[in-house]
Amino acid sequence: MTDAVAGLHLKSISCTRGYRDLFTNLEFELCPGQVIRVEGKNGSGKTSLLRIMAGLAQPLEGEVLWQGRKIHHAESDYFQNLLFLGHRAAIKFELTPVENLCMAKSLHGSKTENGIEEALYQIGLYGFEDIPCAQLSAGQKRRVALAQLFLTQAKCWILDEPYTSLDVNAVSMLEGLFAKHLNNGGMLVITSHQPITIPAGEQRKLVLPNTQLEPLI
Amino acid sequence: MNASVQTPSTLSAFISLIKRDLMLSYRHRNELLNPLLFFVIVVTLFPLGVSPEKQLLQTMAPGVIWVAALLAAMLSLDTLFKSDYEDGTLEQIMLSPHSNALLVLAKIISHWLVTGVPIILLAPLLGLFMFLPGEGIITLMLTLLLGTPILSLVGAIGMALTLGLNRGGMLLSLLVLPLYIPVLIFSASAVDASMAGLEIKGQLYFLGALLVLSITLAPLAAATALKISVE
Repeated sequence: MTDAVAGLHLKSISCTRGYRDLFTNLEFELCPGQVIRVEGKNGSGKTSLLRIMAGLAQPLEGEVLWQGRKIHHAESDYFQNLLFLGHRAAIKFELTPVENLCMAKSLHGSKTENGIEEALYQIGLYGFEDIPCAQLSAGQKRRVALAQLFLTQAKCWILDEPYTSLDVNAVSMLEGLFAKHLNNGGMLVITSHQPITIPAGEQRKLVLPNTQLEPLI
Repeated sequence: MNASVQTPSTLSAFISLIKRDLMLSYRHRNELLNPLLFFVIVVTLFPLGVSPEKQLLQTMAPGVIWVAALLAAMLSLDTLFKSDYEDGTLEQIMLSPHSNALLVLAKIISHWLVTGVPIILLAPLLGLFMFLPGEGIITLMLTLLLGTPILSLVGAIGMALTLGLNRGGMLLSLLVLPLYIPVLIFSASAVDASMAGLEIKGQLYFLGALLVLSITLAPLAAATALKISVE
């Protein structure tokens, strides 16, 4: 166990869609304080890779390790340390932001000192706590999902297109939050078609279908 | 683990999932009415279609009411995982550090509370329509109390398996109906026996055993099937 990676380790991952190889022999490590930006054309397998990393999908070959253990291993605490936000925001339109976050909080675990009201205030939804999400705009719904980032204790964030339908202010606020997370020893995997400027952490990018990580900047 | 980390217990996740699902059902009251209306309408059509004769209706009653309850339960299965699957909540449930099977059980329980329990409560009324005697009505309710949770639990496996398919409805009935048959046979025979003044313990024990079996195994099977469907 001494040579185990302190974070997430992808070992020769291959993935196919139908009869098409998306990527083969992808191998990298993600350690505390590091960011990986996954880029690529539409359909190049960004979401597939993120779902494999989150343990939602099985790779064709290879395995994903968390601190040296397979992520589905019984003793792995990966899922206590993982926050995955996908395309589908897991927000119930019939429930209010507070009710939605209550559910997310009890499903995943959260900081005790940072309450839901506080998280909504920080994400810029102050005054919308008790309005059903159906009546919120697309960007506001996205913000409800992203408010989980203020509640979570997870070390590894995997975010699929978090900037979709967000305004400029929200994006810069998120980038500040990412920087704080990375400075606290967090890890981040992110996809976005928009430019990302996170003022912290060791940043690398992966342009699918290439399997080599490139340093950013 | 870090002492300052306070992960909410599995129990609190279990309870809040039940609460959330009940709240969602409450805000979607109209959808719940559908299977219930189906249940009532099917049973009330029988006297009109067959014959209003007391003797005949009484003999048919256990079977008719139970078949209608079974089909109503199948109709209601559609709402069990569908919306969670579509909006990504199911992914989050699968990624939760808590036992997936327990969380699935929470969903099944809240589903039973809003679909099974109303069927049990409506049954005496329909029993009266069909001239069921008092002891028959009591047995009917007992069998429904033991039987409807089985329908929800077994149905959840079928629903979980067919979730990713576009038109899973047909496959769902083919998968689930054969598994419902033992419940139907023992329940209808218990009501028949009680009207004839016979002992019904045997049938009730059987239903109880089926319930225990399905409550232990169905959530595990459904959780595994959901994992495959989410992928």
